[in-house]
Amino acid sequence: MAWFKRDKAGISTATEHKKEAPDGLWNKCPNCKKPLLNTEQIENKYVCQYCNYHLRIDSMAYFSILFDNNSFTELNANLRSADPLNFVDSKPYAERVIEVAEKTGLNDALRTGYGKINGLDLVVACMDFNFIGGSMGSVVGEKIARAIDYSIKRRIPFMIISKSGGARMMEAAFSLMQMAKTSAKLALLSKAGIPYISLLTDPTTGGVTASFAMLGDINIAEPGALIGFAGPRVIKETIKKDLPKGFQTSEFVLEHGFLDFIVDRRQLKEEVSNFIRLVS
Amino acid sequence: METIFDFEKPIADLQLQIDKVKQVAEKTKVDMSATLLELDEKLEAKRKEIYENMTGWQNVQMSRHPSRPQTLDYIQMMCENFIELHGDRTVGDDKAIVGGFATIGEHSVMIIGHQKGKNTKERQYRNFGMANPEGYRKALRLMKLAEKFNKPVVTLIDTIGAFPGIEAEERGQGEAIARNLLEMSVLQVPIICIVIGEGASGGALGIGVGDRVYMLEHTWYSVISPESCSSILWRSWDYKEKAAESLKLTSENMLTNKLIDGVIPEPLGGAHNNPEKMAATIKEQVLTDIKDLLKKKKDKLVEERIDKFCHMGVVIEGS
Repeated sequence: MAWFKRDKAGISTATEHKKEAPDGLWNKCPNCKKPLLNTEQIENKYVCQYCNYHLRIDSMAYFSILFDNNSFTELNANLRSADPLNFVDSKPYAERVIEVAEKTGLNDALRTGYGKINGLDLVVACMDFNFIGGSMGSVVGEKIARAIDYSIKRRIPFMIISKSGGARMMEAAFSLMQMAKTSAKLALLSKAGIPYISLLTDPTTGGVTASFAMLGDINIAEPGALIGFAGPRVIKETIKKDLPKGFQTSEFVLEHGFLDFIVDRRQLKEEVSNFIRLVS
Repeated sequence: METIFDFEKPIADLQLQIDKVKQVAEKTKVDMSATLLELDEKLEAKRKEIYENMTGWQNVQMSRHPSRPQTLDYIQMMCENFIELHGDRTVGDDKAIVGGFATIGEHSVMIIGHQKGKNTKERQYRNFGMANPEGYRKALRLMKLAEKFNKPVVTLIDTIGAFPGIEAEERGQGEAIARNLLEMSVLQVPIICIVIGEGASGGALGIGVGDRVYMLEHTWYSVISPESCSSILWRSWDYKEKAAESLKLTSENMLTNKLIDGVIPEPLGGAHNNPEKMAATIKEQVLTDIKDLLKKKKDKLVEERIDKFCHMGVVIEGS
């Protein structure tokens, strides 16, 4: 005889009595695997409250963290990738862009906007990793260039939040030249004496590291981010040796002198506005 | 041993045939000049047909030809009074990038370029032309020196990329290249850049921001090598030819896309077939440009350089 026995067959709970668990209420920390409540996550700036792991977030989340009352004006939102080379790999690039745009709701891998942080004006360009690995093609380059023009014209400090695998292969040499383009614009920004803050987040590699990400008046990074020029796999294959522990992390890059400091995302807004105040 | 690529086989076959006919003619003392003339014409036609219609991948092969002239060869052929300068004043002297003052014609210039090396020993010494951060920093130091003494800068690009190594990362490969891009864009003297072999990615661009950027006819310039592109996008090394086509990396493609300012023609069959002629053509181009660029006011020069790079890229604007 069974210990428990159903006295009626079938499910007898009425629909209105069923407990609903909406999607996305909980999330698992990718590092410590502990469950994180969504509302707590937002309050905690998407940093795990148990292990301080900085979750990968998108440009909208960074804007909400930085701008007062999440109030900002987006710049050049309507720029989209053309397909100047008619590039086809496993699928045509033109199709890929449309698919990714539909899936992510983004037009490309970078959002630019201006607003106030702690009452101070700031222009921010923030990369979106979900859009083809945050890769830099013509749109990313052009949006950064225009955002810098905006900064120079109105004499507003400028910040880039990098999160990218590097240059976008499907735009080949066009992507490569965006490195020169963004660096040239930053030279003009620098000449105008306007502060530029570069925040490197997980991951920042390739052509992005080899251009605007490393050119800040201050380069700062979130803890534990992968930061490098060549990817770890490429280096491992080239030198045929295992890589040292902690290689190419923010802490490693700080230790070698290429970052000014590492910033916890929960203090980001304070640190950035403090810096702007000090140099203004 | 001479290197003959697959696509050059019909030329080699014809050449062989001509040699044989000549031998027979000599042995038998029979007049075969009519046959020889015909074969010579055929050979010339074949050479034209093949070398003027090379695919992306064939250009990549040509750019890597073992006897292709390299930076130090060109310096020797084009320049006089070369003084090589060493070191980045911080870490060491990178052997993958060489540079120094020299004269080209009547002008004193700073000439800088990648050096790959020609045999196994040299290639190891030069790290196959893959520079470490100190290479880019040496290049920048020399460019600043040129700026100080108001001398034009000439760079010769030939690399499969900046070196991906542990020390390179520790010493800031990304920062070194980025710094060069920024500084070159505002350098107060004329800069002429020429891709003489391979132009891969940031490693090439790191000495490639100039008022005039050229590619020799049979070179390539892109964001990544066709092999690496194949391995990333198709997850196999077998699609390198397809990748070479897709990347539109030839001098002709790059000029069409307005990413370079001009193509410098090579002697038929490639630069290695007549290095002296190649060097003379480059020298002529460089002298023309120096004359032209030295006439410009410094502000104007820099402004036009920045404008040129800022116009690169294709985007769609609209909702």
